[in-house]
Amino acid sequence: MMVDAAFWFIVVLTLGSACMVVLNEKLIYSAIALLFTLFGVAALYVFLWADFLAGVQVMIYVGGILVLIIFGIMLTNRITSVNISHTSVQKGIGGMVVLGILFVLGIMILNTPWLHTEFVEPAQTTATIGTLLMMEYLLPFEVASLLLLAALMGAAMLSRRDD
Amino acid sequence: MTGNIIMNYSLLILFLPLAAFLIQIFIGKRLPRQGDWVAIGAVVTTLILAIAMFTSMLIGHEPHFAQEASFTWLDMGAFHIELGFLVDNITITMLLVVALISTMTHIFSIKYLEGDIRYSRYYAYLGLFTFSMNGIVLANNLISMYMFWELVGVSSYLLIGHWFEKESAADAAKKAFLTNRVGDIGFFIGIMLIFSTLGTFVFSEIFNGIAAGKMGGSILTFAGVGLFLGAMGKSSQFPLHIWLPDAMEGPTPVSALMHAATMVAAGVYLCVRLFPLFTPDALLVIAYVGGFTALFAATIAITQNDIKKVLAYSTVSQLGYMILAVGSGAYIAGFFHLVTHAMFKACLFYGSGSVIHAMHHALHKKHDHDTDPQDMRNMGGFKDKMPITYWAMLISTLAISGVPLFSGFLSKDAILAGTLSFASHHPGHFLLPVFGFGAAAITAFYMFRLIFMTFHGKSKMAELVDDIHESPKEMTFPLILLSSLSIFIFYTLPYFNPFSDHGWFMELIVASDAAVPGNPSAHHIAEGIHHAHYTAMALSLVVAALGIFLSWTFYFKKKLSADEWAEKFKPMYNLSSNKYFFDENYNKFLYKPFLKLSALVAHIDWDLYDKYFINGFGRVGKIISFFTGRMDYDGLDQTIVDGIGRSARQAGGVLKFLQTGRLQTYMLFALLGVVVIVLIQSF
Amino acid sequence: MDSLNTYLFIASILFSLGLFGVITRRNGVAVLMGIELILNAANLNFMAFAKFGGMNISGHIFALFVIIMAAAEAAVALAIIINMYNNFKTINVDDVQELRQ
Repeated sequence: MMVDAAFWFIVVLTLGSACMVVLNEKLIYSAIALLFTLFGVAALYVFLWADFLAGVQVMIYVGGILVLIIFGIMLTNRITSVNISHTSVQKGIGGMVVLGILFVLGIMILNTPWLHTEFVEPAQTTATIGTLLMMEYLLPFEVASLLLLAALMGAAMLSRRDD
Repeated sequence: MTGNIIMNYSLLILFLPLAAFLIQIFIGKRLPRQGDWVAIGAVVTTLILAIAMFTSMLIGHEPHFAQEASFTWLDMGAFHIELGFLVDNITITMLLVVALISTMTHIFSIKYLEGDIRYSRYYAYLGLFTFSMNGIVLANNLISMYMFWELVGVSSYLLIGHWFEKESAADAAKKAFLTNRVGDIGFFIGIMLIFSTLGTFVFSEIFNGIAAGKMGGSILTFAGVGLFLGAMGKSSQFPLHIWLPDAMEGPTPVSALMHAATMVAAGVYLCVRLFPLFTPDALLVIAYVGGFTALFAATIAITQNDIKKVLAYSTVSQLGYMILAVGSGAYIAGFFHLVTHAMFKACLFYGSGSVIHAMHHALHKKHDHDTDPQDMRNMGGFKDKMPITYWAMLISTLAISGVPLFSGFLSKDAILAGTLSFASHHPGHFLLPVFGFGAAAITAFYMFRLIFMTFHGKSKMAELVDDIHESPKEMTFPLILLSSLSIFIFYTLPYFNPFSDHGWFMELIVASDAAVPGNPSAHHIAEGIHHAHYTAMALSLVVAALGIFLSWTFYFKKKLSADEWAEKFKPMYNLSSNKYFFDENYNKFLYKPFLKLSALVAHIDWDLYDKYFINGFGRVGKIISFFTGRMDYDGLDQTIVDGIGRSARQAGGVLKFLQTGRLQTYMLFALLGVVVIVLIQSF
Repeated sequence: MDSLNTYLFIASILFSLGLFGVITRRNGVAVLMGIELILNAANLNFMAFAKFGGMNISGHIFALFVIIMAAAEAAVALAIIINMYNNFKTINVDDVQELRQ
C-alpha cells in the first residue's frame, strides 16, 4: 500500500518535473526541474530492482551532466539583461505532433504481446554487472572508453579560444 | 385513211413547224435568205398534209368520225396523267384553217417584212406559234391544251413585240400576255375543279363522268365559268378585251394570223370542245358576255380612225358573236362562223397591210415621216390604184356584213337563228337577239365606212394618191385566195343554195349532246334553230341593208356629214373613240393601287425586314462573338491559363516558408511523417 | 500497478515531453535538456524490460552504456553551444539561420 503510494508519488514528481523542464520559460528553473526529474528516474530505477544503476544515474546524470548544463546556462545567458521574449516556438503544432507520437506509442504498447517471464530475485546486481562488463560486454566497454576519450578531446578543441 | 395514217399526219403537222422554229432560231441567220424557205417549206408541207386529211374526211363522209391516241405522261400511282391527241372532223377542219392562214402569212411576210432587222427570228416565232396552235387543236385533254395555250400566249408576246425598240410595241406585248394570264388563272381553277372532282383531264372521260352524275350543280357551273375565263382572255371578251387593239402594234401579217383567224379563235375552239360540260347557268354567262362584247366592241369601232384598230374591234365583236352562239346552244354555228371569219378577216387584214405598205412607200418618197400611214383620214381614192386589194377587201366586207351570196351571211344567219330560238324558249333573255342583230347592223356600218374612207372619195393628202401602187404578188396572192374562199359556194357543196347553210360543213360537223343531265339535246337545239331560220334570215337582211345604207349616206354620198353628227352627240362620240376609257380606268383602279401595294411590300422587305431583322441577326452575332471573345481572352486565358501559373507561384511563395532554416522545424516534419506512416500502417 | 505497461507508459510520456522540448525550445541548452529527457526515457524502458523479462541484467548494461554516451554527448554539445555563443553572441537557435531560405 505504502509502496504504491510512494510509487505514484515518484511518478508524479518525475512527470511533473519533466513538464516543468520543457514548458518553463526561465532556463534556470528548467535546469532545477531537470534535477528533480533525474532524481525521480533514479527512484524509479530502485523500484525496478536496479540499485547499481540508480546510483550511477545520480552520480553521473545529476552530479555530472546537470552541473555541466548549469555551467552552460551560466556561461551563455546574460543574467543581467532580462529576456522577456518567449523562448519556445511552434508550440501548437509541435504539441499536436507529440501527442500523435504518444498516441502511436500507446497503441503500440497496448497491442504488443509482451513476453511475461517469472521474476526471480537477483543476486548482487553490482557484482553481476561488473562481471558482465569484463566478460561479455568487454568490447562495448572499450569502445565506450574510446568514445569518452573522443568526446573529451573534441570538447576541449571546440572550446579553445582562437588565438 | 386509216386511223394510223391520220395520227401520223397529225404528228407531222404538229412537229414540222417546231422543227422549223428550232432550225430558224439557232442557225437561221446564217442560212441564205435568212432561212425563210425553211419555215415556208415546213408550213406548206403542213398545209398539204392537212388538205390530204380534209379530202379523206370529205370522201369518208363520217359525221361521227373520231380518233384518239394517248400516252402516259405522269404515273405516280394515285396521280395519273395521260396526254394525247383527238382527231375528229372539227379537228381536221381547224387544222386546215390554221395551216392555210399560216401559209398565207408566211408568203405575205416575204414582201411585207422585206429587209427587216429580225427577219429570221420572225419566221422562227411564226413556226413556234403554228406548233402551239396545232397543239391546242389536237389536244384531247385539258392539261396539254393548257400547256399549248400558254405557248400560244408566249408566241403572241414574242410576235407583238417584234419591233420591241418601239416602246408602245413592247408595252402592248406585255399587256397581251398579262391580260391572257388573268384569264388563264380562271382556266386553271376550272381545270383543277374538274380534276379534283372527276380525277381526269381527258375530255371524253370528263363528259362520261358528268353524264354519270359525278359532278354537277354549282361546282360544275364554277368550273365551266372558270374554263370560260380562259376563253375570255384568249378571245378578248369584255372585260379582258383591252389587249387586242393594242396588239395591232405587231406586224400586220401577225395580226392576220393570230389576232384575226387563229389564236383568238382558240377561245372559241375551247368552248366548242367543252360545250358538253357547260351547265345552263354557265351557258347563260357565256351568252351574255359574248353578246355584250359583240355590241360593245362594234360601238367603239365606228369612231376609230386607224384602219387596223377598226379591224381589231371588229374582231372582238365577231368573236363575241361566236361566243354568243356557244352560249345560245348553237355552238356548231359558232364554229362555222369561226371558219368563215378566219377567211375574210385574214383577207381584210392582209388588205389593210397592203394599203399600209403602199402608204409607207408613198410617204417615204415624199420624205414625210410625220403622217400616220395607218390613219384612214389620210387615205382616199385608192380604188383605181390598188384594184386587187380593193376587190378583195370589198368581197370580205360584203361577207362580214352578212350579204347573201357570201360565206359570212350563212354563218351569221345560223348564229342569229340560234339566239332567236334560245330567246323564244326562254322569253326572259330577249336581250340576246337584240345584241346579235344590233351588232350586225353596226358591223355593216363601220366596215363599209372603212371601204369608203380608204378607197373612195378624195383624201386630205391628194398628192399622195399618185405614188400609191399595187402590192407585189406575194402580197396579192393571199388576198385573192382568201377572198375567193369567202364566197358561199365553198361551204355549201354539193348544194348550190345561197340561202341555206346545208352542205358538207353542216353534214360532217355535227353537234354532240350535252353531257350535263337536263341540258337540251343537240337534236332539240337543231330543231329550234331550224324553226327560227327564216325569221332570222329576214331580220338579218333588213339589218344589214340598214347598216350599209347609213354608211353609204354618210361616207359615200356625203349627204349627211359624219363630223356634224359627231359634234351633235359629242359625249357619246368621245366615249366611243376613247374606247370607253377602259384602259384609263383599269389603270386608276387596278394597276396603280396594286403597284402601290407592291411598293409598300417592297419597302417592308427592304427597309424594315432586311435592315432590322436580318441585320439584327448580324448584330446579335457580333455581340455574341464579343462576349465569347471576352470569355476566351479574359476568362480562359487570363483566369484559367495564367491563373494556373499564378497559383503555382503563390503556392511556391507560401511553401518556401517551409524552409525556415530552423532545424527544429525539419525535425518536426520528420516526426510528423513518422506519425503519419505509423498510423497508416496500423490502420 | 506494478506491471510492465505502467513503466512503458511512463517512459513514453517522458519521451514525448522530451521530444516536445526538442522541437519547441529556442534556447540551445533547453534543447539539450530535452535530449536528456529522451535518453532517460529510453533508459527507463531498458530497465523495465530487464525486470519484467526475467531479470535480465543485459538491460542494466545497456542503460549503463546509454548513460556513458549521454555524458559524452552532453559535454560535446555544451562545447558547441559555448562556441555558438562566442561567435553569434546568442544561443537562440532561431538566430543561427544561415541555412534559411
